[in-house]
Amino acid sequence: MNDHRLSLFLWRVSCGFPSPADDYVETALDLNELVIAHPAATFYVRVSGDSMMNAAICHGDIIVVDRAREPGHNSIVVAHLDGEFTVKRLSQRDGALYLVPENPLYQPIQITDTTDFSVWGVVTYCIHKVV
Amino acid sequence: MRKKIYALVDCNNFYVSCERVFHASLRARPVIVLSNNDGCVVARSNEVKKLGIKMGQPIFECEELIRKHNIQIFSSNYSLYADMSARVMKVLSQFSSRLEVYSIDEAFLDLSEQIIDDLSEFGRTIKARVLQFTGIPVSIGIASTKCLTKVANEIVKKDARYEGVLDFTALSEQATDEMLAKVAIEDVWGIGSKYSLFLMNHGILSAKDLKYADEKWIRRYLTVVGERIVLELRGTACIPLEAERPAKKGIMCSKSFGRDVTRLEELEEIIATYTARAAEKLRSQDSLTSCITVFIRTNALKDTPQYSNSFSQRIPYPTAFTPELIRYALKVLRAMYRDGYNYKKAGVFLTKIIPQDGVQPDLFSEFSLYDYYKQARLMYLIDAINKMYGRDTLFFAVQGITRPWKMRQSRLSGHFTTRWSDILTIN
Repeated sequence: MNDHRLSLFLWRVSCGFPSPADDYVETALDLNELVIAHPAATFYVRVSGDSMMNAAICHGDIIVVDRAREPGHNSIVVAHLDGEFTVKRLSQRDGALYLVPENPLYQPIQITDTTDFSVWGVVTYCIHKVV
Repeated sequence: MRKKIYALVDCNNFYVSCERVFHASLRARPVIVLSNNDGCVVARSNEVKKLGIKMGQPIFECEELIRKHNIQIFSSNYSLYADMSARVMKVLSQFSSRLEVYSIDEAFLDLSEQIIDDLSEFGRTIKARVLQFTGIPVSIGIASTKCLTKVANEIVKKDARYEGVLDFTALSEQATDEMLAKVAIEDVWGIGSKYSLFLMNHGILSAKDLKYADEKWIRRYLTVVGERIVLELRGTACIPLEAERPAKKGIMCSKSFGRDVTRLEELEEIIATYTARAAEKLRSQDSLTSCITVFIRTNALKDTPQYSNSFSQRIPYPTAFTPELIRYALKVLRAMYRDGYNYKKAGVFLTKIIPQDGVQPDLFSEFSLYDYYKQARLMYLIDAINKMYGRDTLFFAVQGITRPWKMRQSRLSGHFTTRWSDILTIN
């Protein structure tokens, strides 16, 4: 995994007095620290399609998927469904399990005994490009 | 001395399992991963094993089975496997700080210092955690010696009833012996094919037979290495955990080509490319080399004129500077190249390796520390750029651009975890 660091402080003096800021230099912020709780279990996945639009997950976004997290009611998950991957909201209603899209144009999918289904990982962040 | 407890965690069909993590459609489909150049089978899913396809079997021999059973084939994707391996090892390190990464898909854990009531339960926890975090299924053998953990793993892999975990320490001596009797002598860790033939000729057919062999006799014919295995099978730990891997004493880059190569210019590209790769590995462990060996050979399996040769070249001052290493490698290559042969394989081997901070400048030579630092900085930059933007973003022109001789990897899957352009895309 790459270590991309965004430097907030980079202050060098080649001669003369030492910088008055030297004592205040802190480690640069690292986006990984914010987004990744379990490095060994975290994967990036690109989203295609608009079925999760209302959960602010759009076409082309990169989602952060943490396999270490336990999925629960209302978790957004990457699921393995009948030989394909899909990203949906996991939902329990009246004792039944559903994969629910966040877009009124799509129908919820009920998980039955015959569905080949498992949760691949829990979505924890979404990286959305705005420029 | 307190009794030792080791666990050996071994990933099941590792390369296949890595591909399955990222291919939802392959859960129940038979899968094969091929060797470099797409030549032979190097990993098989359980379904493929059941069909009788052997490890190392040339792929053209399997074509009918592949068609009939709709087997999915992959080229080996080492950057993916290396990353998934690192993830597995990271999860394992949560369970013991004393961890020996034994190979890309195996690790020993030293559990002696921990107080664990139920080792089988502990093993099942490890197995479940690795599966959840990484998607990779593992088998675990637990025992008082490393050699016995290997035996336990052999048994676990072959018998589904253990559900992937077997703890020898919970078994009586008699029960353990019954297990040892099931493991053939050639499958005992550390007994090569030569020794297993010798032992079989003397009536030692299983791990149990070896356990009860006369260790003096074993020592005479199999040296102290064999004696240690006997003692380990009896439960006395003799092979310690190697938590720190020593820096490599030799670095090799050797591959066969995607097609036959006859022209010197193409061989030069190849040797330059392999040298650059070896130099990169050398720098990644902060080392320098002062001896380079180059070999070339024709395809021994073909009925064409055969030639093979290898030359070594001493380098006056230890270096990790790619242009200099390429210069020496090409000099050696030109000296041994013979026209009129179909070359199939070549390799570059760096030896006489020393740590970078052990460099001794020569008072009377042209070599100066200033030049050395300049070279080191240039290489550092090239390595950093290639790491950030992908291998061969920057390379030396002599390595060639189209490289038509390159390994065949026609069935390569994505670099799902190491390249942004390749991450999994889903709906």
